[in-house]
Amino acid sequence: MASGIKDKVCIVGMGCTEFGEHWNQGAEDLMVTALIEALQDAGIEKQDLQAAWLGTCFEEISTGKSALALAQALRLPFIPVSRVENFCASGTECFRGACYAVAAGACDLALAMGVEKLKDTGYGGLPDFGGLLGTLKRLTFPNLTAPGGFAMLATRYFDAYRLTRDQGRETLARISCNSHRNGALNPKAHLRKEITVEQALKAPIVADPLGLFDCCGVSDGAACAIVTTPAIAKKLRPDPIYVKALQVAASSGEEQAFSGWKGTSIETTSRAGQRAYAEAGIKTPREELSLMELHDCFSITEMCTYEDLQISPRGRAREDIEAGFFAREGQVPSQADGGLKCFGHPIGASGIRMMYEVYKQLQQKAGPRQIKNPTLGLTHNLGGFPSSSVVSVAIFGN
Amino acid sequence: MTGITSFGGYVPWLVLERKAIFGAMGWYSPATFGVARGQKAVANHDEDTLTMAVAAGRDCLPGGARTDALFLASTTLPYRERLNAAIAAEALSCGASARVADFSGSLRAGTSALWAALDAVAAGSAGDALVLAADTRLGKMGSAAEHLFGDAAAAVAVGHKDVIAEFVGAACVTADFPDHVRGEADRFDRVWEERWVQTEGYGAMIPKALAALGERTGVKPADIATWAIACPARVLGGFAKKAGIAPERFQDAYADTIGDCGTALPLMMLVGALETAKAGDLIAVCGFGSGADALLFRATDKLAAARTAHRGVAGHLAARRDLGSYERYAVYRHLLPLEVGIRGEANPPTAHSVLYRERQAVLGLQGARCTKCGTPQYPPQRICIHPECGAVDQMEPYGFASRSGTIFTFTGDNLAFSLDPPAVYGLVDFEGGGRLQLDFTDCVLQEVKVGQAVEPTFRRKYLDEQRAVSGYFWKVRPVRGGHPADAGVRDGSAGADPSREVRNPGRVPQGKEA
Repeated sequence: MASGIKDKVCIVGMGCTEFGEHWNQGAEDLMVTALIEALQDAGIEKQDLQAAWLGTCFEEISTGKSALALAQALRLPFIPVSRVENFCASGTECFRGACYAVAAGACDLALAMGVEKLKDTGYGGLPDFGGLLGTLKRLTFPNLTAPGGFAMLATRYFDAYRLTRDQGRETLARISCNSHRNGALNPKAHLRKEITVEQALKAPIVADPLGLFDCCGVSDGAACAIVTTPAIAKKLRPDPIYVKALQVAASSGEEQAFSGWKGTSIETTSRAGQRAYAEAGIKTPREELSLMELHDCFSITEMCTYEDLQISPRGRAREDIEAGFFAREGQVPSQADGGLKCFGHPIGASGIRMMYEVYKQLQQKAGPRQIKNPTLGLTHNLGGFPSSSVVSVAIFGN
Repeated sequence: MTGITSFGGYVPWLVLERKAIFGAMGWYSPATFGVARGQKAVANHDEDTLTMAVAAGRDCLPGGARTDALFLASTTLPYRERLNAAIAAEALSCGASARVADFSGSLRAGTSALWAALDAVAAGSAGDALVLAADTRLGKMGSAAEHLFGDAAAAVAVGHKDVIAEFVGAACVTADFPDHVRGEADRFDRVWEERWVQTEGYGAMIPKALAALGERTGVKPADIATWAIACPARVLGGFAKKAGIAPERFQDAYADTIGDCGTALPLMMLVGALETAKAGDLIAVCGFGSGADALLFRATDKLAAARTAHRGVAGHLAARRDLGSYERYAVYRHLLPLEVGIRGEANPPTAHSVLYRERQAVLGLQGARCTKCGTPQYPPQRICIHPECGAVDQMEPYGFASRSGTIFTFTGDNLAFSLDPPAVYGLVDFEGGGRLQLDFTDCVLQEVKVGQAVEPTFRRKYLDEQRAVSGYFWKVRPVRGGHPADAGVRDGSAGADPSREVRNPGRVPQGKEA
């Protein structure tokens, strides 16, 4: 049995750009900004990096293929650099590469950089997915979009738990309000306004039953992490953050084509969550976790994730939402930074942007959003669709 | 005995009130007031001649269309080179040995294809044959044709066994009669003066063809129970007087309900006649275009029983929806430049070699069933999808096209490009097992419910205008009745029960698909 990477890797520096519509910056500019912050934070030089991973998803609309975009934008000194992609979970995927390299002893200091430049397509939203799933699916799949894919989760969830469309939508609106309440306090967030439930419910429908405020924004951004061994980390800074677990689960395809899946949960989240808790030694996540940064690409995703990660019992996330369980002052604050909801979702950057918040919170550097004495933070990064997805769950501690 | 063994019809779900056309274009062509009454059947945005022909073929042979020959007649086929009938044959899973041909060039192509099929069967070169006829002709904006034309399809199966209408004989006249002319690149109808067409065309050629038919078969006009003559009603009045035919013996040409559906019209009328004929009735069918074909059939005592298996024309007419506006029609038929946005413009080329390799899956909706655990799955896979099975290479072909399903979940997506926004799609659990993610069509979002019964329908998934490629696949639509076989089908549109969990154990053995 593999021993996992718990406490074998530490984050010693992180950088994150402001997320938003960076009409005057390309992906390369954003990566440089994130790197400079991370190097300063870690107190190292670029020449100290021994390997790097780049996470981007829509390379065709921004960086192009391969890792050369990262290697050349940062002028990395001929070190190994790889580009990884796993849909919207690409950010955590590049972090995984860096962590494994350090845990394996292949290098001492490694960089994980996630970036996405989405605002150069000429339209709002992500490109349609129908064309990104290969030549056969292009002939058969609906021309589905990300909101449409997740809206189907909401349809099923409402139906299964006997919520009327109005009841369901109101609960989802509360989720979005919580994120906006936090995002309003975050200078790096794209959308920094509080919203009301009423406002959310009145917004136009994007993919029924999801309205505009159920959907995360579309932004440009970059975030990066520098990882190293605990021994080196302790020399570099007094408060390194330890990787307690890092697990990925990719769908086998059975949710979409076999009728066992109930359509009210995301199987990959459940599986990656179970493995991450085991790796980190967490028995009762509802009691033990200090905060969570979930992949709230859509409000319904966050709602199901509460249940998939065993925070709320199945079908009962609504009670916790209404009780303020996930608020900044609640028992397990979620989206303390505003989440994808307020940051938008520059695909490759999001997974590392979540870690950035957890990292700052655990170091007690989250300013007005600071949670009281956090010890364990979780990030959840999801790519694909509820019925066919890749999920990474990472847990960090100090 | 050679004759008709089955029939089917297809009329699209959508109709347009002709007064809506006049309301939009009457300012420009006030003379069309005279034709601006009744309704015309309108193909949905994802339908064309080929998809409607396939729908009629499925209605004709609901148990499977494995025939020796498949003839497709139309003047509005999507491809000039690429055998349209071969696409229909894949959709109908006719089998690789079927003799397949397109018949075109004239509105008479429908009757000509039927005649050719009857000859092939009579001669013994084919044991049975399926004839499909469909048209989606376009009149220009402001034309009378825009009012008069309608979209529909008919199918007639021909053979020796269980004949429901015996083939008595046929005759024709042929002349180069350029009444309606479309050149190589024309999308729209162009017609010579109406009075000339009526007098020298219909008025002269149809009587000649019918006279020749009488001579060949020895049947007198008075003996014919039903005249299915594809010709305007006012011209028919003249025949009736001359030939001493009672006007009620003329089969309805669906002018006020469907419109002139071109190549399909004489066959639609034949189907209409078969829907009400008694055993022993003689039915004359006449198709017009560059001359005229006349065919004669005699209904047998097997007709009455065979009727119940099809929606036919009447069944389709019973469940339709008003398209609502002329503008919507204009968009669906690509009459006007539409802002489709950058998403709509994105159109990757079709990988034809992939389509060919997967043609049974894509065009025929063929999946696979694991012979070890019995789980149906789509698309066909080498490794079984059942999480507790996982058998490798133990699959047999399994067709989904003739199975109904229930909606597992769905959405109405306003972001995805669609000519009929929101794009409605979802996951469908098929009767007997198998879950597919499919587009929904012929529905409005507000009426779609979890648990609702749906059926597959062959549609144009995309139109790549840049490369002139019509891409076809299957969607599902709500089951709406009009079909006797629907009696037992649950229609969730009355309000789905949220507690109704759709369960497909995946181990229910089903009859092997033909």
